[in-house]
Amino acid sequence: MTLDAITLSVIEAALQQACDEMDLAFSRSAFSPIIAEANDRSDGIYAAEDGSLIAQGVGGLPVFVGVMQYSTRTLIEMIRDGRCLPPEEDDIYIINDPYLGGTHLMDVRFAMPVWRNGEIFCWLSNTGHWPDIGGAVPGGFSASATAVEQEGLRLPPVKLFKKGALDPEIYAIITSNIRIAEQRIGDIKAQAAALHVGQARLFEVLDRYGDETVTQAIAELRRRAAVQMRARIAAIEDGVYHGLAFVDSDGVVDQPLEIRLAVEKKGDTLTFDFAGSSPPCIGPMNSVLATTHSSVYLAMRHIFPDVPISAGAFEPLVIRRPEGTFLDAQYPRPVSGCAAEVSQRIAEAVFSAMVKALPDEVTAAPAGSSGNFGLGGFDPVRGRPFVLYQLSGGGYGGNADHDGLSNGCSTIGISKSPPVEIMEQSYPILYNHYRLREGSGGAGKHRGGMGLDYEIELLRGEARASFVMDHGRYGPQGALGGQDGAVNTVTVYRDGQAHVPKHLSKEQDIPMKAGDRVRVGTPGGGGYGLPSERDPETVRCDVRLGYYTAEQAEQLFGVAASDNEVGR
Amino acid sequence: MIEKDAAKGTVAGIDVGGTFTDLLLIDGAEDGRVRIAKVPTTVDNQAFGVVAALEATGKAVSDIDLIVHGTTTTTNAVLERRLARAGMITTAGFRDVIELGRRTRPQPYGMTGVFVPVIPRDLRLEVPERMEASGNVRIPLDEQAVRKAVQHLLDAGCESLVIHFLHAYANPAHELRAAEIARSMWPNEHVTTGHSLLSEAREFERGVTAAVNASVQPILKRYIGRLADELNARGYARDFLVMNGNGGMISARFVTEEAAKTVMSGPASGVMAAAYTARRAGFPHVVTYDMGGTSTDVALIRNARPAVSNEIEIEYAMPIHVPMVDVHTVGAGGGSIARIDDAGLIRVGPDSAGATPGPICYGRGGTEPTVSDANLVLGRLNPNRLLAVDNPVSVEAVTDIFAERIGRRAGLDGVGAAGAVLKLGNLKMAGAIRMVSVAKGHDPRDFALFAFGGAGPLHAAALARELSIPKVIVPARPGITNALGCVVADMRHDFVRTVNVPVAEIDEAELAAILATQADEGRALIAKEAVKPQTLRFVHSADMQFVGQTHLINVALPSATVSAAELQSLFEAAYFARFKVSLPEIRANLVNLNTSVIGERRQIDLSLLIDPAGRLATLADAQTGARPVWFDGSWIETPVYAREKLPLSATITGPAILEQLDATTVVEPGDRVTQDADGNLIIEVGA
Repeated sequence: MTLDAITLSVIEAALQQACDEMDLAFSRSAFSPIIAEANDRSDGIYAAEDGSLIAQGVGGLPVFVGVMQYSTRTLIEMIRDGRCLPPEEDDIYIINDPYLGGTHLMDVRFAMPVWRNGEIFCWLSNTGHWPDIGGAVPGGFSASATAVEQEGLRLPPVKLFKKGALDPEIYAIITSNIRIAEQRIGDIKAQAAALHVGQARLFEVLDRYGDETVTQAIAELRRRAAVQMRARIAAIEDGVYHGLAFVDSDGVVDQPLEIRLAVEKKGDTLTFDFAGSSPPCIGPMNSVLATTHSSVYLAMRHIFPDVPISAGAFEPLVIRRPEGTFLDAQYPRPVSGCAAEVSQRIAEAVFSAMVKALPDEVTAAPAGSSGNFGLGGFDPVRGRPFVLYQLSGGGYGGNADHDGLSNGCSTIGISKSPPVEIMEQSYPILYNHYRLREGSGGAGKHRGGMGLDYEIELLRGEARASFVMDHGRYGPQGALGGQDGAVNTVTVYRDGQAHVPKHLSKEQDIPMKAGDRVRVGTPGGGGYGLPSERDPETVRCDVRLGYYTAEQAEQLFGVAASDNEVGR
Repeated sequence: MIEKDAAKGTVAGIDVGGTFTDLLLIDGAEDGRVRIAKVPTTVDNQAFGVVAALEATGKAVSDIDLIVHGTTTTTNAVLERRLARAGMITTAGFRDVIELGRRTRPQPYGMTGVFVPVIPRDLRLEVPERMEASGNVRIPLDEQAVRKAVQHLLDAGCESLVIHFLHAYANPAHELRAAEIARSMWPNEHVTTGHSLLSEAREFERGVTAAVNASVQPILKRYIGRLADELNARGYARDFLVMNGNGGMISARFVTEEAAKTVMSGPASGVMAAAYTARRAGFPHVVTYDMGGTSTDVALIRNARPAVSNEIEIEYAMPIHVPMVDVHTVGAGGGSIARIDDAGLIRVGPDSAGATPGPICYGRGGTEPTVSDANLVLGRLNPNRLLAVDNPVSVEAVTDIFAERIGRRAGLDGVGAAGAVLKLGNLKMAGAIRMVSVAKGHDPRDFALFAFGGAGPLHAAALARELSIPKVIVPARPGITNALGCVVADMRHDFVRTVNVPVAEIDEAELAAILATQADEGRALIAKEAVKPQTLRFVHSADMQFVGQTHLINVALPSATVSAAELQSLFEAAYFARFKVSLPEIRANLVNLNTSVIGERRQIDLSLLIDPAGRLATLADAQTGARPVWFDGSWIETPVYAREKLPLSATITGPAILEQLDATTVVEPGDRVTQDADGNLIIEVGA
């Protein structure tokens, strides 16, 4: 039997809908604000035989594009080899081991087989970022770990739910090893319930169209997604396109890590070769292979947003295994920075290569950092400890049509930053300002967006500040003649003395006391095209709005303008 | 003062839509005779269209007792960014709050996008002052700086002003004092304080809500003034009512103060009419389905009450956080363009042909096949009855375009391709309905689908089948549903009070006192209105969560006095219904207490909307012809009826087409249609 175009499209939409409903159910019922507010989670459907991606929710965190197909594949292999107990109905496995197809330890995956007629039809899997997974640093973002054991609890695939019931022993082991454990039961139930939502929707689809038809449709959709990606690639001129990006340092050794990328376009495939990139590093800025792959996929998805996410779309993207580099970390290399920062540098390398191949589709480099500032301390008024995270955005790169957005979310995220008022309600801090970082957008025909400039003061008690950011050494790259965006800056004012982290964007456990301040300037986006080609009237408007000073207008764009003194 | 809304007054409901201004007048002097008018909307000054609609009824404007009005003045101003010049004064260090947003991008994938703040940066000034989260003053207000800033914004030509200070929801003293200073200098009343519309934490959302309010105030004020003048000149000197986005009416005298509340006026009136009509027809639970040219609005109604949300974002990074009817919009409508993508899959939307060039069948230059064109090709729409056609295009020509643009690559002929487009368009709309129902824990089988708007009844029966919704309601006059909403809507005021306390620590007396105060405030506001409602209704609810969560769920409260134990069990039941999760391990938290005070106006007998005299004796008499219509893969010769002439007692078995002036209802094979006393079609969806 052959599938008609209508049935095919209908099944595609139904599978997508099932994933979107899982995403929604998960984040609306989660406890962890990182899942509930920041949508740091993802849900998808995976093939029974090899875990390859069938469909994934559109609202999932971009860094998880394709990641769960690696953990699901590993799980399937381990079950086959007898290294893992075989599944029974309503079992749910839990896994967070980075080296078994993951990201960092905080990203905890659930996987559940979907049974039809006594056989596994497919797997449903989701990932949620837990607020803590044990380890040396609350929250898990260590800037200086040198082995994965320091980063937290590592779970191989084990059954957390057995025939539908939560295993109290495994649960007890987990909660004994993590901080703020009492709320995890809520997240665990939410994460499991989302999989059941997906299963119910999937059963409806299977009952209606028949298992055989849906199986055929999945194969055909995969084939067509590959065709679609190949069609996009074929339109690019054959050749080798080079990209480059730097991680400031690994947090331990003060030396930049280099990502070298050569993208070869030939016919209808793209081959990504990271040969020549830096070797594995001592600190936590290593990336596991699954994360390296998904970073390439998410960058290509940003470039071709209308190609659906599925294993088929990934087929024409050939990634040579970057053996011997920090992009293919092996046990026990520490990896806590891989999902948040290294992934974005990999994407930046892809953008910087591809903007030459596709100047109309690709932007200059975005700020590309999650801007992770953590502060842990004790609030003497409330009589309890606290851990806060300030994630922040930065400028996006200019592009063929427009200036970059200001204060956009990280490349790999879609989360909102918390309101100042909520932060001040929750923690003993006060923001002295929270404003656009003037002048930070890279000059260009279309300039980069502006970064953020904020200053936080500790009001009482003592605390320790940690930073895992990036782009402190080199700003986000300009493209096609555009200039780089401003670099990330961190200054801690202790007793009025300015302290700048030695690694610029990374440092752990800086002691602070009441009255001390942290000031952060996040990167601006890279400029696109020559600054001299920017419309002088637009430059004067930028000056009137205070985005640049008159002096900058003259220096960067060669446009005479008078400063606007009003505003503050 | 109007004393005649009760009993026998003459009421006119007028809705200004994008294309047409619709009017529904119920004449008290003639035993409730109904008059209807549909005139083109006058875009530059909507008041002319309103007056034209009133005059088209033939009834003297001076003889009307009450005019109730739904307007898109502020909606258009916001969406087209034709805003008044507004200035903003903020806490020092925070003038960029409404430009920085919450670090987002418009779509999950694609690192591009454009964002223009509602108030430009050079009109946002800072003054020294600072409240702490506790409401304590950290830095006193610099009054001299306020004066200077106000003067600067006046000199810069601002028409309206926003004062937006950090933590003003906790202590509004600085905002109030700054506003007092500003009002002494400002030439008009357009001074908005951030905390007055939305007294909740979240400086971006509160600031944008206030900025939108200020930016539309002068526009709404001018419009209301022009309309009042026009009405005055025709002898109507009374107050009139305006529809707010929460589905309640407010006096035109007060509406500009909180102008942002009118931004969703249009969709709200449609949903209110649907709730009213469906309740009379015996359907308290409905999903409304309003399909237009470029988009489709759906909303959920339970127990005859539309869901209301405080968290609507009307476009990218433009939240308006005031209570509004929770309407979910998807970019699929009659004008949605169908294409084939690189993978050979058929896609419908999100691009739309809009009104110009429009679908091919309207002959206004449209060349790309749309959902409306598919309906034409498939015999669902009658080519001779399309409204507003410039140059007629033959059905054959449209079919050929489907064959060429879509069919060729999908292996389908023109009709097959049109069938596929219809099916996929329906699927997309069905997805939107799922997101407001199934995805929120509601079973569609408990609901009826209420179809209105020009195109809703064309698709409703097919959609209901897709969603397992057992029944479809098509009101007597689907094309004037919004105007009906104006006639039947109540007066309404909503109150939210944040308490944020674990249920175990609740002071039950204080809780009751808060709800009672909210009720009193609403009662006082309604008492100020010229129109007197017949009864007052108080609806209490609580927004709750488990301790540690950030999302809230709304829990209806049976009365203003509830015990902590009751709250706990109501919440647990609501949470389980929504997520199928129970969490005895974790404590519940009460975040907000809400009260809506609803002034119920007189009931309108909807059977007035149909004219029994025009009904013919038999079904056969009402049949105007027959034509082949494509149903799921084959042509079926289908009878066509004049809907207004159907005997009310008739039962029709699908397939059938029911035509009326501004809407066509498609009844699918196996469906069964009956009518009720109000002239609603009730379609029982076949298996």
